[in-house]
Parts: sequence; structure tokens; C-alpha cells
Amino acid sequence: MSRLQTQTPPQISPMAPWPLVALLAPLFPLAMQDGQALYLPQSPLALVAFALLVGSLLLRRVAGGGRSEAALLLVGVAAGYAAPLLLLARGLRPEIGLWLLLLGATLLLGRVLRLLAEATGPARHACPALFGLAILLLWEILTRGFQVPAILLPPPSAIAAAFAANAADLWDDFGQTVLTSVLRGYLLGCGAGFAVAILADRVPFLARGLLPLGNLASAIPVVGIAPIMVMWFGFDWQSKAAVIVVMTFFPMLINTLAGLASAERIQLDLMRSYGAGYWRSLLLLRLPCALPFLFNGLKINSTLALIGAIVAEFFGTPVVGMGFRISTQVARMNLDVVWASITVAALTGSALYGALALAERRVTAWHPSFRKR
Amino acid sequence: MPAAHTAAHTAAHTATHTVAAPPPAPLVEAEGEPGREPGRTIVDIRHLTLTYQAADHPVYALSDVSLSIAQGDFISLIGPSGCGKTTLMRVIADLEQPSSGDVLVNGMTPEQARLKRAYGYVFQAPALYPWRTVERNVTLPLEIMGTPRAERQTRAREQLERVGLTGFERKFPWQLSGGMQQRVSIARALAFNPDLLLMDEPFGALDEITRDHLNLQLTQLWRRTRKTCVFVTHSIAEAVFLSTRIVVMSPRPGRILDVIDCARDLPPERTLDIRESPEFQRIAHRVREGLMEGHSYDD
Repeated sequence: MSRLQTQTPPQISPMAPWPLVALLAPLFPLAMQDGQALYLPQSPLALVAFALLVGSLLLRRVAGGGRSEAALLLVGVAAGYAAPLLLLARGLRPEIGLWLLLLGATLLLGRVLRLLAEATGPARHACPALFGLAILLLWEILTRGFQVPAILLPPPSAIAAAFAANAADLWDDFGQTVLTSVLRGYLLGCGAGFAVAILADRVPFLARGLLPLGNLASAIPVVGIAPIMVMWFGFDWQSKAAVIVVMTFFPMLINTLAGLASAERIQLDLMRSYGAGYWRSLLLLRLPCALPFLFNGLKINSTLALIGAIVAEFFGTPVVGMGFRISTQVARMNLDVVWASITVAALTGSALYGALALAERRVTAWHPSFRKR
Repeated sequence: MPAAHTAAHTAAHTATHTVAAPPPAPLVEAEGEPGREPGRTIVDIRHLTLTYQAADHPVYALSDVSLSIAQGDFISLIGPSGCGKTTLMRVIADLEQPSSGDVLVNGMTPEQARLKRAYGYVFQAPALYPWRTVERNVTLPLEIMGTPRAERQTRAREQLERVGLTGFERKFPWQLSGGMQQRVSIARALAFNPDLLLMDEPFGALDEITRDHLNLQLTQLWRRTRKTCVFVTHSIAEAVFLSTRIVVMSPRPGRILDVIDCARDLPPERTLDIRESPEFQRIAHRVREGLMEGHSYDD
């Protein structure tokens, strides 16, 4: 990558003509207002947006490089997205003209993302951020424009409102599910998997006996095991932690065993030539070799643990917890609260996974997949 | 050790002047160091046989091998692929168990010798640990042996300087070229100052120019340190250039066909130029003959 940049800057490919469909917008009705068709010239707001979009298209050749062209086109894209949002806010129903404007803006965004995909430095985060933002805005505009029932799919704004209104409940759920159940179950499950793997490494028959069991355990459906664990360990976090232990134990065991077996023969011979005993070779050679495998297990388990806890809460919990919230609010048709809970779960899962990935990058920077010269 | 150094130099001169002197030259210069009588046997192998069971048939890797290696010798084991030269060295290192026969290393069984850290082993690949810096790779054996931290560092620096890698202490192995990595692994083998250095085709994977360069460095290193070396190689030129004695082995089952004394005809202090000399050519020719003879057994 860096070598490429010292050469001539990459050629900017010519733009495909598709964003020009926005030019058809004035030919069709823009929206319905009180049963009457509203055309583009009749709405000053839409007119400004249209002018900005067309203006950015016309001016893009003036821009010097890829990045300034992207910035210029982004103004047009923003205008194309703002028009339907503002018209919806005034209670108008969008028609073909507005959808054409939105389509043109979206296709133009494709061009912007393409230009930004090659960016380096802080600007390289712009591409995924814009992508995510565009999906949220499209979701908002489409659900409201087509009046999708909130039970099927509420718009993001409604989810955000539910989030704000139920913040205290959601925080309690987070505390119960993540900080109590998931954290404890995860540490127990991964810790036990790791410890048993070390034991099985010393006692070969354990490994041979446990691995088939591992396959069996990974085939157990969590919805089957969760009610049993609730009966065994009660409604509180203990039953959730037990489900998580069942789900995370074997992935950790199998990954650790594979990692311990990954040291090369020549490296082991070296340890032997120094007269190093079992524990020394384990600490100095085999565990460092196993680190990439350990992190794999930890990352897989971080998502499994969250799923396990939420599903287990469906089968009985004190009146708090993400699974409890989802199951009760679905029954009350408060789908926006359900979506807010899902958002919390998704963000938590991503944060856990991301933190582990960052730690992995730091700890195993020597591994070929992370090496930098 | 300046005393040993000058002793080695004078020995080199006497050796060049009295070419036909019957006692092999490399045994002379150990006199400067107390406790190491010249010609003391370091490795003694008698009637060694090694058979192992492959999938469907027994493999005779080594058959009735007897060899004695003296203090300060540089022995090359040469032979075609699969002739058991690596196996022989792994037996000395207690990485492989013989089926029958006796092996003594420093008067001990190979296992005792291994646990006393009697030898340093240089493998075909550098076998460096990628999560350790170059310096911490060299200190690895010292850590295992419980050397204090400060001494570990000075010794590692010393050995890295010896193989010409000063300034690379903080690098990681994968930031170094193949030749440099192999030099690190030699420094690591030297770090705990073993009497015996076992090297298994250490330069086999390197290009010829690097290999020549490292051969020169190795022979100088050997002249300075007077370590007993056992060196496995495929290359006739490499074997003749480095060795005091060359052991020619036959294809499976591995037997010793010929032991050629190079120290008598070649000076102990060697430069790459000696490869053009008639003595060098003559020894190389004899090694080749030996290898050819070994092959005719097979046909």
C-alpha cells in the first residue's frame, strides 16, 4: 500500500452515468399533499436540494483530487437525503419524483464511497461511517415513506426515542445480563476450558475422551439446555452463567488443545536440547505458540456468551435482563423497546469482540497475520 | 581469551610450515586452556545401530557406526539424503534413541550430557521464536539455565557481536534475512558456552554467496573458540573447507565409508582461496569417490 503511494497517484476512474436519474425527478410528482400532487418547482425546499445535487454533479470536474471531489459530491448526497426527510417531517407522502431524487443521491454516494475507499489516515474511517449512516437514513426514509407498520420495522428515530425513554431499564438489563451473567459465565467457561485443556495435554486419555464429547456438546441447542439450567440453578444469574459455561467450555478447550499442539517439532527439540522440563516448555514455547488459537476461542466465545445469556433469560429470570425485556415487550407489541434492547446487545457484542481483537493485535503482533516490517 | 587466540595463531603458523607433521593440527592449540587436555575424546560412538518401524517395513537408519570425536575437532558428516547423518547427530544430542550400541558424550550418556547442557544444537531452520527479539532469542537458553538477567544480556551482546549482528538486538527474527536468522541461531547455541556444537545443515537453505560468507565466518569462529564441532552437510566443498576430518556416509542403512583427515593437508586458518589449491581438490575428489562408492552398493 505505502509502496504504491510513492508512485503516481491512482487514476480516478470516470463516473458511471447512473446518478443522473435524479435529473428525471422534476418530470414526476414529488409528493402528495392533501390529496394533491406536488411538483418539484412548487416546493422551494426540494428545489434547493435538487439544485445542490445537480450543482455538485456539474462542479465535480473542478475539484482537484479524489478527496475534494468526494467532499463536493457529498454536499449533493446530503441534499438528496435531506429533502425526503424534511418533506416527511411536514407530513407529506413521497411520490415517484422524490424517490428518484433519493435514488440518484444514493447512487452518487456509491461514487463518494469509491473515492474514499482508497483514502489513508483518519479519512479511511469516513467510508464505513458514511456507509452506516446512509443505511440508517435509508431505513428511516423508507419505513416512514412507505408507512411500514412499527410492529414490522420501526424507523431508527422511534428506536432512539424508545432508547431514551427506557434508558434506566435498559441500563439495569445491561447490568444484569452483561455485567453479571455474561462476565461471570464467560470467565468461568473460558477459564475451565483452558484449565482442562492444560490437564488434557498432560493426560492424553482425557483429550481423547473429551474431544468427541465436545462435538456432542457443540450440537446441543441452547434453547434445549437453557430451561434445564434454569431448573437446576434457579432464576438468577447462576443459571445463565451455567448455560454460558456449557456453550463456551468446549470451543475454548478445543482451541487451546489445537494451540498447544501447534509448536513446531524443531522448536520443541530446541527446548529439549536445553534440558527444559514440561512447565518451562509450556510457558516459554507452547503457550506463546497457542496465543493466536486462544484468542480465536475467546472471540468466538464472546458472542456465544451473549447469545446464551439472552436466550436463557427467556426461560426465567428476575424481572430484569435483556432477554426478559425482549420477551415481555414483544408480548406487549412494544417493538421499539425490543429493537432498543437488540441495539444494546449488538453494541455490547461488538465492543467485546473489538476489545479482544485489539488485545490480540497487541499481544500477538509477532504473528504473520499482524506483522509489520 | 587473548591467550588462546595467540596460541592459535602460532599453531597456525607451525601447521603451515610443517605440512607433513603427522599429529593433526587442531588438537595442538587447546594447550592454553587448563583442564582441557588435547585430544581428549568428546564423543565416543561404538557399534551404533538404529532401526525404526515405518508404516509397513523396518527402516535401517544406521548400521554399526563407530566414531570417535576429539576435543577441538571439526567433523563433517557428509552423505546423500536419507543416509542417517542427521539421525546420527540427533542420537548424540539425545533427540533420538539408538537401537543398540554405545554412545558417550563427555564420558556421559547422551541424556546426562543433554541435561548438563553439554552441547549447542543448530538446526536446519533457525527455529527462532517470533515473539522474542533477537537478543531475547539468544538469552533463551540462559533464562532456562537460570543465569542472572544482567549477565544474560552481556553474554547475548557478546555472541551477537561474534556473529556480526551488533545493532540488531531489538529487531524481531522475521525482520532479518535468512542468513542473519541462522547467525542468530548460532549465537544462541554459543550463548551458554557449550563445549560441543552440533550443526545440522545450518546453511542448507541459503544461497551460495551467503553460504560462502557464513562458512568463512564459521571457520574463523571455530579458530577463535576451539569448540568441538559436528557439522552435517550435503556440500563437498563446504565439508572440505570447514573440517579437520570428514566422515563419508553411505545411503541407507547409514554406514561410515571413509574418514578423511583434512587437517594434515590444509592449514587450520582457511580463506575461501584455498578451495582452488590442489590439496583441497584432492580431498574433495576423495570425498566424491567415497560418495560414488557408497552409491554403487545400492545398485
